[in-house]
Formats: sequence, C-alpha cells, structure tokens
Amino acid sequence: MKKRQMYLRMITASLMRRRSRMLVALLSIAIGATILSGLVTIYYDVPRQMGAQFRNYGANMIFTASDEEMSLDDVHQSANMIPSDDLIGMTPYRYENIRIRERPIVVAGTDMESIKLTSPYWRIQGDYPATSEQILIGANVAESFRLKVGDMLTVSYTPEGAVATDEETVLDNMIDFEITGILDTGGSEEDYVYVSLEDLETLTENKGSIDVAELSVQANSDELAGYADKINDSGLPVLAKLVKRVTASETTVLSKLQALVLLVTVVVLALTMICVATTMTAVVAERRKEIGLRKAIGASDSSIIKEFIGESMLLGGLGGIFGSVLGFIFAQQVSIHVFSSSITFQPLLIPITILVSVLVTGLSSLMPIRSATEVDPALVLKGE
Amino acid sequence: MSLLELRNIYKIYGELHALDDVSLKVEKGEWVSIMGPSGSGKSTMMNIIGCMDKPSKGEVLLDGVDISKESSRNLTTIRRDKIGLIFQQFHLVNYLTAVENVMLAQYYHSIPDEKEALEALDRVGLADRAKHLPSQLSGGEQQRVCVARALINYPEIILADEPTGNLDEANEEIVVDLFHKLHNEGTTLIVVTHDPEVAEVAQRTLVLRSGRLAKEIVNKNFTGKIHFDEGDAFRKEEIHE
Repeated sequence: MKKRQMYLRMITASLMRRRSRMLVALLSIAIGATILSGLVTIYYDVPRQMGAQFRNYGANMIFTASDEEMSLDDVHQSANMIPSDDLIGMTPYRYENIRIRERPIVVAGTDMESIKLTSPYWRIQGDYPATSEQILIGANVAESFRLKVGDMLTVSYTPEGAVATDEETVLDNMIDFEITGILDTGGSEEDYVYVSLEDLETLTENKGSIDVAELSVQANSDELAGYADKINDSGLPVLAKLVKRVTASETTVLSKLQALVLLVTVVVLALTMICVATTMTAVVAERRKEIGLRKAIGASDSSIIKEFIGESMLLGGLGGIFGSVLGFIFAQQVSIHVFSSSITFQPLLIPITILVSVLVTGLSSLMPIRSATEVDPALVLKGE
Repeated sequence: MSLLELRNIYKIYGELHALDDVSLKVEKGEWVSIMGPSGSGKSTMMNIIGCMDKPSKGEVLLDGVDISKESSRNLTTIRRDKIGLIFQQFHLVNYLTAVENVMLAQYYHSIPDEKEALEALDRVGLADRAKHLPSQLSGGEQQRVCVARALINYPEIILADEPTGNLDEANEEIVVDLFHKLHNEGTTLIVVTHDPEVAEVAQRTLVLRSGRLAKEIVNKNFTGKIHFDEGDAFRKEEIHE
C-alpha cells in the first residue's frame, strides 16, 4: 500500500467512523457555505432581478428621427440590433392631430400589445383595443367629452391639402371607434387617444412616419449606451437616446444594493471563518491525546498538520457541496419572496463555493492544528 | 557496547530532582523491568529512554550515540526508528481498525504494508480481529494490538509502560507470554511496572526510589519467581562497570 492510500484511508476513516462528532463540524461548514453561496448567487442575480423590476417603470431608451423621416421598418431594424434576450419591448408612436366633436386632440397610432411591455405601469379602465376601430382614450379626454367605456366615438381627420368643395363642407376622413378603455397614468398620456397604427393609416390615408419609439431594454447603463451608439452609427435615420432619469437611478440603486449584498457576504464570510475555526479548535482539542499518540509513535509535526488539514479540507469540500446545493435553494427562496421570480442558476458557483469552503476550513483549522502539534507525547505515555 | 546506557542522568524541575544521578546499562536482547512507587521517577526515566524528554544533565547513549542533546525533531526520528512503545491505556486510534492501527506505525516509519501488519496481528493472536475497531475489542485484545504496533517496525527496544495495568489476570498472562516470545526472538524489552508478578519474570529488575536507583535484582533463574527483599544491598557492580 502506498503512503498516499494510507493517508486517504486515515482521513476518510476519521470522517466516516466519527460521524456524530464530524456532523457538528460539517453542519457548521455547510451552513456557512449555504449562506455564502446563497448571498453570492443573490449578489450576481440582483442586477437581473432589479433590472426586471425597473422595467416596470417604463422605457429606458427612445428612438427619434434623426434628420430624415423614420419609418416603421427603420425602427424595427434598429431595435433588432439589441439582443432579443435583452429587449423586453419596443413601442412605436405616430402622432397626428385629429378632431373629436370639432375639438383638436392628439391621437397616437401605436402597437397596443407592446405598450403592455414598455409601459406596464399604465392603468386601464376597461381593455386595450384588440381589433381595428377600437380606441383607448386618456382620462382627461374621457372627462372632457364625458365618455365611458363602450361608447362610440367619431374621430375626424383633415388630410393635408384638403380643400372645401363648397363653403360649408370640408372633406374630412372619419372613423367611428368603440371605446374599449380609459387610460389613467397621472401624466400627459391622459390627454391623448390611442389607436392602432393601421387604423391611423386608414384615417390619414398614408403610412406616415414614426415620431417616437419607446424601448424597454434589460441592460445596465453601459450596455445601454453601447446599444445606442451601435444604432446611431448604423446609418439608419434613427437617433437612439437613453432615458437618463431611469438609467441613472437604476445604476445608482443597483450599485448601492450590490454593495450592500457584498458587505453582508463579506461579514458572513468572516463569521463563517470564526465559526468554523471555533468548531475546528474544539475538534482538534478533543483529539490532543490522539495527536500525542501519533507523535509518540513517530509522527512529525508536519505529517500531523498534513493529516488534520487533509481532514479539514475534506470536511470543507463536503460542506461546500452541501452548501452550494442548499445555497441555491436559499437564494431561490429569497428571490421568490423578495423579487417574485426565480433565480438564475450559476454553475460556476458550485466549484467556487467548494473551493472557498475548502480554503476557509483549511485556514481556520491551521491555527488550532499548529497549537495541537505542541502536545507533549510524554503525556500519552503517562496515561494522562 | 551496550544497546542503551544512561550515564549520571539528572532531571531537575525547580527544586525537585525527578532523577538524581541515575546510571544503567541495558544489553541487546535483555529484558529489564523498572519498578518503584509513584513519584519515584519511573515515568521520567521512561520518557528519557523513549526519547520523549531530555535529561537536565548526563548522557543517554543509544547504540553508542549520545542522544541527550538531540533536537525534538531528531528525537522523533530516533523514537520512530528504534523504539516501540506499549502503553497502559493502549492508546489506539479509535476510528482505525486493529490492522490500520498497526499500519499507522508503518506509515510514520516507512511504507504501510497490510500483509505485514496482519502477520504482526497474527503473532499476537489477533488475526481474526484485524478489521475490528478498538471499541469492538476487549482490553486484552487492545493491548495485544498495541504490542503488534510496537513491534511492527522491528525496533531496537520495546518500551512498555505498565502494560498490564489495565488488564485482568488472564490477559496479563497473555501479554507476559507475548513478552517471553518477543524476548526469545531477541527483542530488547524494558518494562515499567509496579506489579511484582510482571517485574519478576524479567531478567533484571531495577527499583527506583526518590529519583535514585535503589536496587537491582537479577533473576538468576530467569523463568522463576523472585521475591523482593527490601534489605537487599544495592548491587552497584551489576550496573556500573
């Protein structure tokens, strides 16, 4: 039998045949590793989780026309430059002046489905328009015209260059819309009415250009700036801009939150080391007699250190394996209860947790083991 | 040249002279018992012979080499290579099986060899208990494992500290028989005991009192019983040349 085989046999026997003793140490290491791995998982997942939360506050990038007119195709082409995993939604808006009961109102032609993604905070009494000839009206418009959901609303549009055929009649385009919902945002959106782009094209008899597109992108401010630069350099008549108020506050909150989680992680790591060191001190202390015996039968200090460190590291490895699994479960529970969504599994965290656990346990054991090697083997001979 | 020689050994702790000018010789293949009441200096002498302590004064010659000034590290090496230890409390590693406990001594000495360790257990009559943990062995069996561990590396000297102190009569007999066997094979035995029945089977018995060698009794019949007589003269000529 090789020495290494005997070495492994000894350290595994120490763990396997002293299960009840080692269980306490293992528990202490596993709990430390669990909290550590859980916190690190949360630390890395916070930007994603918080980013998703921030997306509830609306778009963080807007497209406007640069010099030329911006078509819907230009907008789509530009949006496609953002990775689809990061692009939560893109809503084009085309604004036109229309008249309702002879009063001028601004209508926005848009994509109702994507509004739900880029402006999830909009509160709708009723529903979004689902088919053509349905309209969503702002709360202020509803109040001015005493309109309610289900009412019919005639919208008039005077085409550019239209002239009166006689003194009284102007050739207006008119469509009767069914009001499906009333929009309540607390902002200027309440002054407008919203129809589908197709209905607006019918009303205006032209495709027209897109005035603004709002985008909700899940990315940090640097990544966002990168996407914007890429779009601006593409040669398309699209000017991409970041909504500073959203991206800046997002970055600030995220960095503060990450710093907080990092601080907690470091404190937990320190506490874990103290806890593991205390446990290992107790484990080593109760084996002073065994250390004395080993020395008496010829073990050098370095071989005793090697054996005990080996045991500690094996224990640390086992604790790390349990910790990385339990840590993921812990992070998952935190994520579900705090962010209402599941966590992203980080496979790299398993070897890192095991490695950190092994190192922490090894280092924590070093001091008590070193002091244990000072045991006088003569004590064993005396039967003390 | 004697295998072991102590020359005017002192061990002083403050005012206390645990050993006070002790000199003795042990020849190769000899079986020597050391007796004495508590506090007589038996343990101190054991520690010095077992390379676990150094004398305050004097020389300890092992195989003609003075080891009294050696560093702790060198003493560990000497102990590992030349001394086999048997303890009163057996001191087996409780999570290792009998054979693994024997292999532990091989591990620190050279290369563990399970076959050889099993043979050593066979020599002490424990071949069938090789895979048992100490907690599954009786006191006598544990002490026999301890003997197997002590002899596995073919030491120059087997040093036994109260080897029968924790054994019943039947097991005491087994261990003493083992000593006979080892002695017949040429092993040098130094046995510290306060049991006269164990001491008297040795070739020589040294009696310590207050850190001094008070008496030496030679067992002329060797296998016969020796009855201690407190009035016996200290036979200096037996100890010193």
